[in-house]
Parts: sequence; C-alpha cells; structure tokens
Amino acid sequence: MEVVFLTFILVLSVFLGFELISKVPATLHTPLMSGANAISGITLAGAFLSAGIGLENSQMAAYLGTVAVALATINVVGGYLVTDRMLAMFKSKKGGTK
Amino acid sequence: MDIQLIANFSYILSAGLFIYGLKLLGSPATARRGNMFSAIGMLIAVVAGLTATGIVDFKLIILGMVVGALIGATAARMVAMTGMPELVALFNGSGGAASLLVGWGTLYSASGEPVSTFTAFTVILAILIGGMTFTGSLVAYGKLSEKISSAALVFAGQRFFNGLLLLALLASGVMLCLDPSPNSIWFWAVLGLSLLIGIMAVIPIGGADMPVVISLLNSYSGIAACAAGFAINNNILIVAGSLVGASGIILTNIMCKAMNRSLANVLFSGFGSVKQGKAIEGEVKPISVEDAYYILEAASNVCFVPGYGMAVAQAQHVVKELGEILQKNGAEVSYAIHPVAGRMPGHMNVLLAEADVPYEQLVEMDEINPRIENVDVAIVIGANDVVNPSAREDSNSPIYGMPIINVDQAQTVFVLKRSMASGFSGVDNPLFFNENTRMLFGDAKESISGVVSEFGS
Repeated sequence: MEVVFLTFILVLSVFLGFELISKVPATLHTPLMSGANAISGITLAGAFLSAGIGLENSQMAAYLGTVAVALATINVVGGYLVTDRMLAMFKSKKGGTK
Repeated sequence: MDIQLIANFSYILSAGLFIYGLKLLGSPATARRGNMFSAIGMLIAVVAGLTATGIVDFKLIILGMVVGALIGATAARMVAMTGMPELVALFNGSGGAASLLVGWGTLYSASGEPVSTFTAFTVILAILIGGMTFTGSLVAYGKLSEKISSAALVFAGQRFFNGLLLLALLASGVMLCLDPSPNSIWFWAVLGLSLLIGIMAVIPIGGADMPVVISLLNSYSGIAACAAGFAINNNILIVAGSLVGASGIILTNIMCKAMNRSLANVLFSGFGSVKQGKAIEGEVKPISVEDAYYILEAASNVCFVPGYGMAVAQAQHVVKELGEILQKNGAEVSYAIHPVAGRMPGHMNVLLAEADVPYEQLVEMDEINPRIENVDVAIVIGANDVVNPSAREDSNSPIYGMPIINVDQAQTVFVLKRSMASGFSGVDNPLFFNENTRMLFGDAKESISGVVSEFGS
C-alpha cells in the first residue's frame, strides 16, 4: 500500500511540475535551473538518516551519510544563493538604474 | 509519534512553498520573492528532517552541513556570471552524488538486517541515476570549462559497447536485488557501471549541444532524489525530486525543439564531430570601426544578437553601453536571444541582466523574426549557428530545419567575429558572404568599445 501511495504522489507532482515550469519565461531559464538545483538538494532530508545512524550502529552508513549531507548542503546553500544573486540582476525599465 | 506527525505536516507545508515559489518564477518581477519562498520551504523541510526517528548522532550531520554550506556559499559568491553553466553542471553533479550516497547508505540498516527486495530495487535506481548524473556532470563541466575537448567523441562500436554496459548493469542489478548486501560483488558492479555509463553518455555530445545536456542532467538530479525518496519512504523527496525532474525535462524539450532535433539525435548522433554540407564560396566584406559608427549613427532600429562569443569576450557591459548610446541617439534597441544561444538555457539573458539591460528589451526569436525587416542594423556578437541561413535554405546542411533568427533579412548585418572559423557545429555560414553583411573582425569587446568611443568623439 505504501508503494501505491508514494507512486500516487509521484504522478501528481510530475503533472504539477509540468504545469508550473511551462509557464516560466525563457529569460528566467538559467535561474530556474539553479533554483531547481537547490530544490534537488532536498536529498539532505534523506541524508540525515544515514549520517545520524550512529557510528556504533554502522560506521559505513554514517560516513556515507556525512558526505551526502555535505554534497546536498552545497546544492541547497549554493543553489539558493546563486539564484538570488542572478534574480537580483533582472531589472525592469521602471525600477531600473536611470 | 506526535513529532513525526508534525514533521509530516511540515513536509506538506514545504512542498506547498516549493510549488508557490516555482509559480512566482513565472515573471522576472516576482521571481526573487519566489526563490525566497522556496528557500523557506527548504528550511522547514530540513528542520523537519532532523526530527526523524533513527537519528541518534548529530555530530556528523553538523559537520557535513557546515562543510557543505561553506563550499556552497563560497561557490555562489565567487562565480562569475559567465561561469554559470560550469557551476550549474557541478551542482547537478553534487545533487546526483548525494542521492547515490543516500541510496548506498540505505543498504546498511541499524539492525544489520538486509533490506527488502523493493527497497533494493529503488536503491539501485538511486545509485544508477545518481551515479550517471555525477560522472556525466563532471564530463559536462570538463567540456564547458574546456578542461577536456568540447568536441563530440565518437568511436567505432560505441553503441555496441554502451549496449553491453547496459546489459551488464541490468544483470548486476537483478543479482543485487536477490541478495541486497552492500558487501556483495554485485553492488560494486552496479556502482562502477553506473558511474561509467554517465561518462559514456556525455562524451559523444558536442559543445554546441551543451544546453540540452545540462537540462537533461538537471532533470536526472531530480529523478535521482525521487528514487532516493522511494528507497527511504520519504514523501518530500519524491515531491521535490519530481518537480525538478519535470523542470529539467521541459527545458530539455524546449532546447531540442529550438534545434529541430530529437532528443535521441542529440544524445547519440555525435553531432559536431563531422563536417558536411556544401562549401560556400564568395567574398566577405570587412568593415572598419569608423564605418560601422557611421552606419549605426544613422540607424533608427538596432537589434543585437548575442551568442557564446559574447560570453567568452565578456562583452556584455560594452554592448549595453552601446545600446544606451544608440537609444539616446533615437534608435529603437532590442536584444534578440535564440533559445540555444550560449551554453545553457537562458545563458545570454543572465549576462545581459548582469550588464543592467532591462528585461523588456530582451526579445525571443519568435518575436523578432516577423519584424526583422524593419531592423536597420542587426549586430551579431559571437553567434554563428543560430543565425546561419543554411538552416533555412540548404537541405544538405546538418543544421537544416533548425529555427534561426533571420538576421540576413535585416537591412544591414554586422558580424563581430575573431576570424573566419566556423561555429561549434563546424558548419560554414553563408551569412558572412551576403550582400548586406559587413564583417567586423577582432575581439568583440574591443570592437564595440571602439564604436562607443567613436560616438563619444
């Protein structure tokens, strides 16, 4: 039953994703990618399970998890910061520099 | 139990914030706020993730997060806008690697008992997709930063070899499902083959097709997170992963359409490694900076068409300066951007935004083409294939059928170019020999600065 439930979520989110992303204008495709990169850093929530398993339980899982936490954090922190940096540059004529 | 319930509700909240954030990305005016919402969603998900049962030791988690945050923040601050494609490639890679490791770690349970067959299956998916994304992104990074040759690498029997790899992977995967132990030889086979397949998948793809590859790897990094979510039964990983997966696939699709090629053709044909199409003969007409100035001075409608060359020459700031001068001079100025100009989707837009060009002046190909005849001067800066009329006229050309910006139909075309070398696809460009084309040879930045100072004098 669990599998059916998870697949249900998967299918609905894929449809929602298609709907949302197809409305993003071409101008913003690079920030969209780096923003998506940041979101894919959600693996972090999964990496906690391994990294926090406790060295006495499984050293290997704990070390693998630690590296996973570091990599996913790079995605989250780097992804959001660089997206923000880019988006801050997109200026309109009205609120522009002149 | 209670805290778990709260955690799960928090996941729903953060999923909602991701979705709302993506929705706000629909317009440049609201995009920055959207990114903020998405980041808040992530913060909530991370805090909720920390409450999961089974986490007994926080030292390693903190260590990993501190190291990752330092690296991520430094990279985000230091990167130049021209280096954005490389950075995104590396981020894709680290996302893939993280999912791979989460899958791998799942094989070791705290109780020491082997995992179920279904979990083993999802773990294999996470390792396969995550591993492919990791090594594929590293190769893409190498090609983008020119650390390795950006040309397509094809060899005899490549498809046969790749087919064998896939079969071997399938066999090892089945064996690992039957005995899901991280110590079995089949585990190492799955891991090694996944990493190898990532390399093999990207080496036959040429530099000009990089926008497709980056979008596709972006999508894979999301799908890998999804697979990891199935492996550990986590909803938020599945929702967020599939949003990213869908985003990458849509971008991939847009890029393929912009080149009028199928995804299979981009991935397997080794495009760019062969030169064909008819040779073009004729005379090019060079122009001096001074003469370019006289023509621009009289122009009332000017359209810039940037390409990868503008990024290489870092010419975006002088281009904007020239654009402003022309505007003050009474000309209408626009910047026409082809979907695959540059090395990643939206690459040119970011560079021009960095130079403070208002986004209203950035126009898409479909918008400029119907009124290209009203353009007095089209200035092509370091773009080649995306303005090559062969794509429209020469059915023997490898890029035939690709939609282009029809600059050859403008009154006058300036092409800024270092030399007469052909573009990334290795195809000759008849545009350079046209009656209304003038070649402005030299470094794009210097040429434009030259014109700008002519205006000043």
